[in-house]
Amino acid sequence: MSHDHSHDDDDHHHHHHDNHYSDMQARVKALETLLTEKGLIDPAAIDRIVETYETKVGPRNGAQVVAKAWSDPNFADWLRRDATAAIASLGFTGRQGEHMRAVFNTPETHNLIVCTLCSCYPWAVLGLPPVWYKAPAYRSRAVIDPRGVLAEFDLTLPQETKIRVWDSTAELRYLVIPERPAASEGMDEAALADLVSRDAMIGTALAKTPETAL
Amino acid sequence: MNGPHDLGGQMGFGPVAPEPNEPYFHAEWEKRALGITLSCGAFGAWNIDESRHARENIPPADYLGASYYEIWTRAVDMLLERHGFATAEELRSGHALEQGRVPKRVLKADMVDGALAKGGPCDRPLDTAPLFAVGDHVRTKNFNPTGHTRLPRYARAKIGVVEAVQGSFVFPDDNAHGRGENPQWVYTVVFDGVEIWGDGADPSLTVSIDAWESYLERM
Repeated sequence: MSHDHSHDDDDHHHHHHDNHYSDMQARVKALETLLTEKGLIDPAAIDRIVETYETKVGPRNGAQVVAKAWSDPNFADWLRRDATAAIASLGFTGRQGEHMRAVFNTPETHNLIVCTLCSCYPWAVLGLPPVWYKAPAYRSRAVIDPRGVLAEFDLTLPQETKIRVWDSTAELRYLVIPERPAASEGMDEAALADLVSRDAMIGTALAKTPETAL
Repeated sequence: MNGPHDLGGQMGFGPVAPEPNEPYFHAEWEKRALGITLSCGAFGAWNIDESRHARENIPPADYLGASYYEIWTRAVDMLLERHGFATAEELRSGHALEQGRVPKRVLKADMVDGALAKGGPCDRPLDTAPLFAVGDHVRTKNFNPTGHTRLPRYARAKIGVVEAVQGSFVFPDDNAHGRGENPQWVYTVVFDGVEIWGDGADPSLTVSIDAWESYLERM
């Protein structure tokens, strides 16, 4: 239980559920006990699921996809045509990555991903979504006021940049391919991947430049 | 349904507050809630559409006041009871009182890697050709079903353009209610921000949804 209340309690979008924490601890513990007694779940399977998403499946997968797209035009073309297969070729498949689409930022257009109806998110390449992605503030406003949302991530785009919002209403999961930053020539894929944050692959950030990544 | 989950365009939730160095989980119970939800999903007794519908059926005040894993946990309780795996009394007490239904499979630790890698693809082949083609102007239908749908309220009765035919997929509006997978063609439909939000909309904004064929009519 070491993580309890380890977050910033000033975050307004958390305060309303902090009050439920002790209730929820008891409730989920009771549920796990019940289901274990009935032979319906294996607590070790739960450990394994948590371990997988804490240590194996995360945004570094997506960053590798982006770095390869930046380095290899053939791979970028494949991503455009069939992102599911291109991403699977790097070993990133499975739950919430069954059907993938890659969307490419350009100098004219910036892409932003949301799921207004729940929290659909490309787990296979980005891991579990952050709390803000699942919370009402983001889900409600990304489609109506994306520039306002981006400003809250300290990202201000020129007025002439078009904003393209993709609402994940079906089973397609989106990955934003940010623009390759200037002055990244000659960097290998591993170094390029370090320029790619999770937020850049949702569209709430740009790729880091080699200077800002230091 | 027009539930509390259908948030696109609603106002009053305040700013997005990204956390510095955010952890994946904010409490130990959130980890267990994730694992329990995935483990129970492996029973094969319900599908992802029924799960989503269970979550959107939570009363609005409770839904909007709950953290995400709390929403998941409430929905799992509902599904376990509905499908006969646990009684309300067992869920209250946290202890087994009777046998209950036996699932098709119980997810054991050595099955986790394979199950996560496999996922749950929901593309299904169709014999019929798609009704719409790239470039077609379409109008989304105006409906307010009491059951599950994946057409958000903000995108109903709006005119957009088909940008891509994405393939044929299980139809959630039926699948959530045990009426079969009934696959349909799915299209990416793009709307101008002004078409959706009207006066004052950001003129540089476009929004797209992925729409099942029965959500659309030709212009």
